[in-house]
Amino acid sequence: MTTPRQLQERRVARLFVLPALAGLFFFVLLPFVLAVMLSLTNLRLGSPLPLEYIGIEQYRRIFSDSAFLQALANNLLFALMVVPLQTGLALALALLINQPLRARVAFRTLFFMPVVFPLSLVAVVWVLLLAPGSQGLFNHVLEHISFGRWEPVDFLHNTAWALAAIALTSIWQGIGFQMVIFLAALQSIPDELYQAASVDGANRWQQLLFITLPQLRNALVFVVLVTTILSFRLFDQVQIMTQGGPQHATTTVMYEAVTTGFGSQQVARGAAITVVFFVIVLVLTALQRYFLKQEREVE
Amino acid sequence: MTRSTWLTSLLAYAVLCGIAFLFLLPILMMLSGSLKPDERVLIDTGTLAGLVPVQPTIENYQDVFARVPFLRYLFNSTLITSSIVVAGLLVNSLAAYAFARLRWPWRDKLLFGVIALMIIPLEAIAVPLFYQVTLLGWRDTYLVQIVPFIANAFSIYLFYSFFIGFPRELEEAARIDGAGPFRIFFTIVVPNAKPVFASVAILTFLTQWGSFLWPLMVTHSENVRPLPLGIAAFYTLPPLQWGDIFAFGVMMVAPVLLIFVLLQRWFVEGVATTGVKG
Repeated sequence: MTTPRQLQERRVARLFVLPALAGLFFFVLLPFVLAVMLSLTNLRLGSPLPLEYIGIEQYRRIFSDSAFLQALANNLLFALMVVPLQTGLALALALLINQPLRARVAFRTLFFMPVVFPLSLVAVVWVLLLAPGSQGLFNHVLEHISFGRWEPVDFLHNTAWALAAIALTSIWQGIGFQMVIFLAALQSIPDELYQAASVDGANRWQQLLFITLPQLRNALVFVVLVTTILSFRLFDQVQIMTQGGPQHATTTVMYEAVTTGFGSQQVARGAAITVVFFVIVLVLTALQRYFLKQEREVE
Repeated sequence: MTRSTWLTSLLAYAVLCGIAFLFLLPILMMLSGSLKPDERVLIDTGTLAGLVPVQPTIENYQDVFARVPFLRYLFNSTLITSSIVVAGLLVNSLAAYAFARLRWPWRDKLLFGVIALMIIPLEAIAVPLFYQVTLLGWRDTYLVQIVPFIANAFSIYLFYSFFIGFPRELEEAARIDGAGPFRIFFTIVVPNAKPVFASVAILTFLTQWGSFLWPLMVTHSENVRPLPLGIAAFYTLPPLQWGDIFAFGVMMVAPVLLIFVLLQRWFVEGVATTGVKG
């Protein structure tokens, strides 16, 4: 039996959720379903061939396409550089700032500042920092500290360096975000744990190893996984700094998806690439849930 | 203070100052480069002395206005981002409130669906979404840069977690006084939920202000393009003049830095919530 009051509540609830659910349906769910469906066809704009269902043919094609595999490998390599470096440095910064210092807010502000810089601007500025010859700050400094033994490198046009240069750019921009997450986690560790440990005679390293790090576990899992996902989304810096070059050394999964699905209008193929990208994100998210769940069971 | 803590904080300061300097270098280079006359910008970028602009000039800033519609980009970015933030706060908080507090059929199933949608990033749907908005005739408009980003599963989730933990007593008291859900939401819940509104606003702002991939795909005229596309286009516009590019960069980031410094507590808390709730 529903009372008038309950009926009114239902009407209001429908009104409250309608705009959000409509938006999510049209601009997230529908395009996602379309991406999966399109990836199973041969759709290519401007092609004379009729639209056909071709099963997993697109996936077979992209996984035997050396350009796509290279992009995937680049993303992996990028993640391998960025994730440990950025997580480690962000954690180190957070630990340093978490000391009882008077200027801690000033330092926190400073390290967080690049987060509000749009990546496109950061990319443009770093093109000059990474420039070859004496114009580039990096080359200049390296030349100085090696007493002239450093041979100037054109970082962004060098297959061995380009991806690492983009990684450094990204770390500079994003590290403050992770640092703040670690700081919040550090501040939620109860003081009693440290007091008990010092009563037991644990030194600062032991406290770091046996109290701080285990207490930071959830934050660590979160930061590592989010940074990995971000590494797979890499696009802006590549588009501006290298356009995927030199010799495909910096193409990424997203760069491939945009250039094929949109640039050369191979809609089905682009859709297939984005579905692969989604599966990667899904696996990473599942991993995160798994590790966090394990933690809860231990407690 | 004991001797050893004094030493540790001295050491911490030294290390922090060193790192802070490295962090600031690109920003200082941009700032000083923007103030140098054209012929000097590239001469001493590689040295520390180059960080001090001798004979500072505002020529580069004037050049930016002469060469590209900077104010237009700034207006577009502001309009697009603030529309998404304001509409998003309203739409997502209302939905989250209905999920957290009202009773209606399908509620729990739909909530599960919304949470599942959180893991679909824009990049995974960009290609079909592009053809979808083309069919709607929305290409190259403000609309196409705003509407798809208003409803946001993660924002709903953040609001939902807050409302679930919100004490029911206040709402119950108002309900007994005869207030309907609308009144209760706007006069009791919203004023008491400022922290979560601030967090969602700032996270939305941070992701949308730097948005690059989507506007690159769906816009082509300068009338509707935002700042991130503006700087990218300016960078490829011959002749390559770094002084002008830096001036563009300084003007692009200065308003945001100002907002950040004024509201930094909220920025930090907003980001910290992603770690707790994510």
